[in-house]
Amino acid sequence: MPNRSAKKVNCMTKKTIKVDYLARVEGEGGLYIKMKDDAVVDVKLKIFEPPRFFEGLLRGRDFKEAPDITARICGICPVAYQMSAVHAMENALGVKVEGPLRELRRLLYCGEWIESHTLHIYMLHAPDFLGYQSAIHMAKDHKEVVERGLKLKKAGNQIVSLLGGREIHPVNVRVGGFYKVFPKQDFEPLIETLKWARDAALETVRWTAQFPFPEFEQDYEFVALHHPEEYPFNEGHIISNRGLDIDCSEYEDHFQETHVEHSNALHSALKERGSYFVGPMARYSLNFDQLSPMVQEAALAAGLQKECRNPFKSIIVRSIEVLYACDEALRILQSYEKPESPYIEVEPKEGIGFSCTEAPRGILYHHFQLDEQGKILDAKIVPPTSQNQKTIEDDLWKFVPQHIHLSQEELTWQCEQAIRNYDPCISCATHFLKLDIEHS
Amino acid sequence: MSILDNTSLIIGVGNLYRSDDAVGVLIARKLKDRVPDRISIKERSGEGTSLMDSWKEHDRVCVVDAVSSGASPGSIHRMNASKEPIPSKFFSCSTHDFGVAEAIELARTLGQLPKQLQLFGVEGKNFQPGEMLSSEVERAMALVVDEILQQF
Repeated sequence: MPNRSAKKVNCMTKKTIKVDYLARVEGEGGLYIKMKDDAVVDVKLKIFEPPRFFEGLLRGRDFKEAPDITARICGICPVAYQMSAVHAMENALGVKVEGPLRELRRLLYCGEWIESHTLHIYMLHAPDFLGYQSAIHMAKDHKEVVERGLKLKKAGNQIVSLLGGREIHPVNVRVGGFYKVFPKQDFEPLIETLKWARDAALETVRWTAQFPFPEFEQDYEFVALHHPEEYPFNEGHIISNRGLDIDCSEYEDHFQETHVEHSNALHSALKERGSYFVGPMARYSLNFDQLSPMVQEAALAAGLQKECRNPFKSIIVRSIEVLYACDEALRILQSYEKPESPYIEVEPKEGIGFSCTEAPRGILYHHFQLDEQGKILDAKIVPPTSQNQKTIEDDLWKFVPQHIHLSQEELTWQCEQAIRNYDPCISCATHFLKLDIEHS
Repeated sequence: MSILDNTSLIIGVGNLYRSDDAVGVLIARKLKDRVPDRISIKERSGEGTSLMDSWKEHDRVCVVDAVSSGASPGSIHRMNASKEPIPSKFFSCSTHDFGVAEAIELARTLGQLPKQLQLFGVEGKNFQPGEMLSSEVERAMALVVDEILQQF
């Protein structure tokens, strides 16, 4: 019979999980968890990428420069920054981009979602589920799968390269539309590529659906854009599953950022209720009805419900969004007619503009104030990762006690995996110079 | 080592707005007007899968990037990636976790590595936002440019 007192002594020992540099996330971050008596007493997700002073950098610049400057914040999601920037400027200047130009913006966003999600699914997240240290190790046993992932990601790159002018930091986006638009025939090779990509995306959904998932359902407040007629990219109300329903201009009335000592990124919270969840799982759960029928069917066949609350299953949801992005891109391309003009004229004037668009990792908020010449007086940018940071820590507070029986090595791995559920883009999230690494 | 010929591809990797991280891209730009016509020159951010795609059609490739390995700033690391594995995290100054070293090793596993892949890594000192190279890196840049040109 086991000696109960000995067991208790064992339980009383302090235990620390410490990961100095998180692998397979964008940018540099660390994790610190302290446990006592099988209870978690401290969780810190540390973000220590160098600070970014983009908001300061924008002050005094012309409104037309914002999309290209903010795009530099991230090499993975530059389109998101460009889209939030142009929409906030158009909101400030009283302009609305409609019709084929609006469709092209959706197309560009499809490209970015395909690229960004596929990279995360295949290269960064899948190795966790299949027990490999990295995609390189996984490729030794799953060559064809990895090749499919690379080719699928490339389909997204091709959209961004063609429409954005180049693969990384696209240069074709401007306030009011695009610098250049293309005749229908230029897009024809893309149609064939995307037909293949849609099939590959469906395979990806089926592949991820059979991974082993820890039982870990949480009662999150999901926050995402919502548009009655479409799955959200550029436009919609900000809604939640707890009754939030606001215009983007009301964002700062409901959300608040605070600086926490252990991170260079600001923590964002709902003023009334605290932490919340943005990104693919929130979008999916709040917008299932807006997915195309083929995508809905694939989601249900993969075993998902109309709402998903297990963050480990975000890999399936991301695959569903890749499938949707391929399907939506095809719809846009097949009905595309070249717009008469690549952009609508926008005149500078004094104003304040707000926007939220759906970056691959969740809502990306921009707020600008302009003077009468269109110079930027003030800028505020809230990226998705700083909004999820508190939720990631909340997950770890709950996940660790449930898995305390695992070896230190396994538990550390699963905690890292729990962070990778959010595909955190730490490069995007940093604002502060203060560096405070606490050693156990 | 001279592994390049007149049909080679040279890829400069880096971020122009992160100080010494720009050195790979700046070397590629300096080579542009000085190499034979049929040499292709590309600039890349360092995201691994795009890099693998860039070199697909080429047998002889040279990649130039900034490195943060702890050596003294301006040190030049030379590797023949077709013959030896790249130490993981060697190019970890990239903000993308799936970067240059990962791209090379994944390509090796998938049989997609160019027959000859030469790698120049210039040890950086400062990777903070900014557009100035450290003096040590500036000097190393000239040396790498000359060394690459000598192969033609």
